[in-house]
Parts: sequence; C-alpha cells; structure tokens
Amino acid sequence: MLCAAIMEKKASIRPFAGPREPLSAPNPHRLPSTVARDDEHLLVAAAKRGDAAAFEELVNRYEGKIFRLTMNITRNREDAEDAMQDAFLKSYAHLKDFQEDSRFYTWLVRIAANEALMRLRKRRPNQFSLDEPIEGDEDLMPRELEDWGPSPEQRFAQTEMREILNEVIDKLEPDFRVVFVLRDIEELSTEETASTLGISIPAVKSRLLRARLKLRQKLNHYFRQGGAN
Amino acid sequence: MNCKGVIRELSDYLDGDLRLAEKQELERHLEDCEDCKMVVNQTRLTVEVFCDREQVELPGDVKSRLHEALQRKIKPQGI
Repeated sequence: MLCAAIMEKKASIRPFAGPREPLSAPNPHRLPSTVARDDEHLLVAAAKRGDAAAFEELVNRYEGKIFRLTMNITRNREDAEDAMQDAFLKSYAHLKDFQEDSRFYTWLVRIAANEALMRLRKRRPNQFSLDEPIEGDEDLMPRELEDWGPSPEQRFAQTEMREILNEVIDKLEPDFRVVFVLRDIEELSTEETASTLGISIPAVKSRLLRARLKLRQKLNHYFRQGGAN
Repeated sequence: MNCKGVIRELSDYLDGDLRLAEKQELERHLEDCEDCKMVVNQTRLTVEVFCDREQVELPGDVKSRLHEALQRKIKPQGI
C-alpha cells in the first residue's frame, strides 16, 4: 500500500533531511488503490447477471495492469499472455463465486498471480521456491552507499527509465520479485500477499524487505551521481 | 536503535506500520546517521519509481487474442 500512499502524498513527501526539517514520516494511511473506481461493483453485479458487455468493460479496464503483473512475475511474454488470458477466463467462469468481500481487481490479481506462478514454477522448477524459509541474521546493511543527488529519476527519459526498471526487476530472484510485485506494485496487503502465495506473514515481510533492499542496490548503479558505467 | 535495527524495521517504517515509540526511536537515529538516512530515502525512492511506471498498454496482437478467446467463451453461453 506504500505505492498508493506515495502517489497520494507525493507532492508533500520530502526526503528525511535531518533535525532542522520536519520529519518526513511515511504516510501511514491505507488509501484505496489508485485503480479503484466507484462503478466497479456495479459492473461486477451486472456481469453476474449475465451482462457480457459489463464483463468486457472490466477486462478492458484491467487487461493492461494484469498483463504487467503476469509479465513481472513470469518475465516471459508467452507465459505472461497465457496467464493473463487464463486469469480472465477463470474469473469469468467463477464470477458467481466471487463473494465481493474484496475488490474485484484484488480478486483478479490473485487469480492472475497464481496463473503466472504456475507457469514460472514450470519453467524454472529449480530456481523458484517459496517454501524455503528466509531467516537468519545475515547482515542486511547495504554496502554500496552513494549519493543519488536530487531527483535522480528525472535524469532519465521515460523510455530509458522503463528499460532500467525492467532490467533491475528482471535480475531480482523470483521469490523476492513476486512478493515485491504483489505488495508494492499491485498493492495487495501483507495478508492478501501471504494468502495468494501460501506463505506466512513474516515470510512476506522478510522477502519484501530483502526485495526492496536488493532493488535499491541495483538502482544504485544507475542513480548514483555520475550514473552507470 | 542502531543501524541494524533501522534496516530490520525499514519496511515497517516505510509502510507506516511501526508503533509511535519505535518510529520516534528510528527517526532519532536517522538524525545522527547519514548512512541510514540515505538507505531509508533511497529505498523509499526505489518503491516510488516502480509506482510511477506508466500504465501498460496491451500490445495489439495480445489484445486481439485475449478478446477473441473471451468472445468464444462469453458470447455463446452468457454468464
């Protein structure tokens, strides 16, 4: 949910600058996802009554985000497309079972994530396992600490930034990547992420922390003053 | 709180999940530790740049295949 909070508060968030400036505490509010729209439940209700146009509107609304999700998890276009397609078909087939105790989009994300994970496991059976506990007292303190300067992201054109982000997330190990994608990009709660992946809440938190630190380190290569070599 | 503690609590701090006393303790540490301050700010920015990624437009061929599959399922049967 940090993502939604960041987007909402972006204008007002300043980096932690020290005692002379007000502390820039992170925004603790749990804001609704930025994809939420007031009429989503109306579309779902209509689709449940057999209104195919309403279901297609839901597909049109979320297909881009669901494809991004399945791409982010599988990192393979063919698998991502298959996972997305099956996710929409399954959501359609099981729409009557959707209890509406969460948003439709969240329910859809969980279906799509499972479809993508299934394909990832098939393609990388020895490289991806969420069963392994990540514990231990290894030193997580980042080693590469370099000044990024003000607004490092603004030094890159949009396409260049997209390539950088694709590259760094591609290099992140899958078991960290899926947690980061579900929590920080798709804005699932810790509980929803744990339930989707079938792992404990401490395991989600542990993987999310490591994922964020690893991505920070990878971005350091690009964002440090002077840029990538 | 020492540097190790800041890193351990970093995610909960960014997510606003720390209790007030822990949050204040962490921020007191940040006032005196440039390294931790840098890690906190850069990690927050890391999440932010991924949030900022523009909406993905579904490639035309992918969109066509998706909607053809849906048409085959939806139109003949209805929901």
